[in-house]
Amino acid sequence: MQTFQKIISTVVPLSIENIDTDQIIPARFLKATTREGFGKNLFRDWRYENNDENKPRKDFVLNNPLYKGEILVAEKNFGCGSSREHAAWALADYGFRVVVSSFFADIFKNNALNNFILPVTVSDKFLEQIFDEVQKNPKIEVEVDLLEQTIKILSSGQSEQFEINPYKKECLINGYDDIDYLLSLKNKIEEYETINH
Amino acid sequence: MGQTLIDKIWDSHVVYSKPGYPDAFYIDAHFIHEVTSPQAFDGLRKRNIPVFNTKRTHATADHNIPTLNQHLPIKEELSRRQVEMLTKNCKEYGIELYGMGHPFNGIVHIIGPELGITLPGMTIVCGDSHTSTHGAFGTIGFGIGTSQVEQVLATQCILQYKPKKMKIEINGKLKKGVVSKDIILYIISKITASGGTGYFVEYAGETIRNLSMEARMTICNMSIEMGARGGLIAPDEITFDYIKGRKFAPQGDDWDKALAYWKTLHSDPDAVFDKVLQFDAADIEPMITYGTNPGMGMGITKRIPSLGDIDEHDRKSFKKALDYMALEDGIPLLGKPVDYVFFGSCTNARIEDLRMVASFVKGRKKADNVQVWVIPGSKQVEKQAREEGIDTIFEAAGFQLRGPGCSACLGMNEDKIPAGKYCISTSNRNFEGRQGPGARTFLASPLTAAAAAITGKITDVREYL
Repeated sequence: MQTFQKIISTVVPLSIENIDTDQIIPARFLKATTREGFGKNLFRDWRYENNDENKPRKDFVLNNPLYKGEILVAEKNFGCGSSREHAAWALADYGFRVVVSSFFADIFKNNALNNFILPVTVSDKFLEQIFDEVQKNPKIEVEVDLLEQTIKILSSGQSEQFEINPYKKECLINGYDDIDYLLSLKNKIEEYETINH
Repeated sequence: MGQTLIDKIWDSHVVYSKPGYPDAFYIDAHFIHEVTSPQAFDGLRKRNIPVFNTKRTHATADHNIPTLNQHLPIKEELSRRQVEMLTKNCKEYGIELYGMGHPFNGIVHIIGPELGITLPGMTIVCGDSHTSTHGAFGTIGFGIGTSQVEQVLATQCILQYKPKKMKIEINGKLKKGVVSKDIILYIISKITASGGTGYFVEYAGETIRNLSMEARMTICNMSIEMGARGGLIAPDEITFDYIKGRKFAPQGDDWDKALAYWKTLHSDPDAVFDKVLQFDAADIEPMITYGTNPGMGMGITKRIPSLGDIDEHDRKSFKKALDYMALEDGIPLLGKPVDYVFFGSCTNARIEDLRMVASFVKGRKKADNVQVWVIPGSKQVEKQAREEGIDTIFEAAGFQLRGPGCSACLGMNEDKIPAGKYCISTSNRNFEGRQGPGARTFLASPLTAAAAAITGKITDVREYL
């Protein structure tokens, strides 16, 4: 059972806005029938020249050995576009457990949470601070504490509170998923169907 | 205080509400397709539970299927396996499937309305963000992820928080050559690709009231492109006329009962929205996008903004988009040659779209430099087009009319736009690589795309009307 409480990790800075789910995982790689294995095609068309795995683009951050970690940091409006949960699966399969941005698209946020990836929404200013710090030193670590709902740049001590709805927080900490809760309401759902339909 | 239509439908579908928890929200109609459902069925299998209500899930194969030779097995192995998996899952769990070749097959958001499955007042979900299309009937329709597909299969419910409500009102008369696609591209260009995030939208106003059902679907379809979960339009006589007599629509007494309910589905005059936006239809000209998100659009006679006019913080992404598109800032797009013209997708592949294109191209021929694909949204649209002789008009013009499917909207099946090529497309997304790796997309209305097909370049269709 997967749970989430606190993560301390170096970060991968992806300074791009409006990253849509077609960039996170292009449609042509959605043909699998399981949830595993999508990580190798994460950001596929930004990662490789001409779709060729032997030609990694040197200027793309995932190909830069300086940047590694479980925390992806991206510019605003992350995860817009298609509802494909494969985007969350690809991020998780690659090894990311947190995505930090100043703005997330609705469906992505939900999909991420359902896969134990924590989307952390920070202010524009704090986002800029992370990018600044990591540019100065790629080895800096960031702490994401779900219990306290804080994100902290350990090198500089800068920190910020983030929001998460209490239900989802409980799910992440305890490893529950939505179906467990819904299945517990089965009688109420049957009753609703009988009355309304 | 009065209620919005969103409130009325939402509140009547809350099965259970507990403080601090999201609502258990009942789903009236659930659509599934081959790409976002296999892992959901897997989940049921692992938990050893059945589908809660098999009558409320409807299946089609659309994303992965070829649009040529649909009578043959799918050549590409992974695509074929995924479609076979859908067939197997539907059979095992007792869900009706309109697979490739079935007379009701088509793009999920085209077949729901055309079969009369989509009805006013419903809640509708699908593992596809363009589920917002169904909002045109006064439904709450929105896209969900696969974990939620599993929830619906298992319990006919999902967990949801009520979204904020936005009203977008458009009044005034549309100018010649301006159609519903232009309205929605115009709105998105004004409020940006994230301007609707967190909201559910109600479209209102005289301009919307005067649109046909199919034109309304185009608008609701692209609600997600401004970040909104969905968008709806209160049903009216135009809606009821459209539904009446369709395959699964209520009949006889059931119809009368349903109609009486549907007539209550509108926002009260004193209903309060979290945000209200107003637009004048007369300000809208035929639209075209120049960048890599649907918010990067402009009137067809305008110039791409100059880098200097872009907010400093946004310059990097603006430049990235133009580099991808291989376009300069500050230039007009009129006269820009295109290589492909794609008529299709859940946005613009209904019979009215095909009629609109056919009436424009009748007696004309495509330019030599373009390839033109027309992909009907469903088997029924294809059949209707052939019955009306639209196929011969296309054939004479050099357009290729294929079988139904999502086709080149998303570069997942065999239909892809080659790297570096320009495609003017009636679909909904101009993201990098959306129509194929390296493909460059201009989004436009079917009419504007038709003009480009004839001239081989981006053209102001009004010069030909």
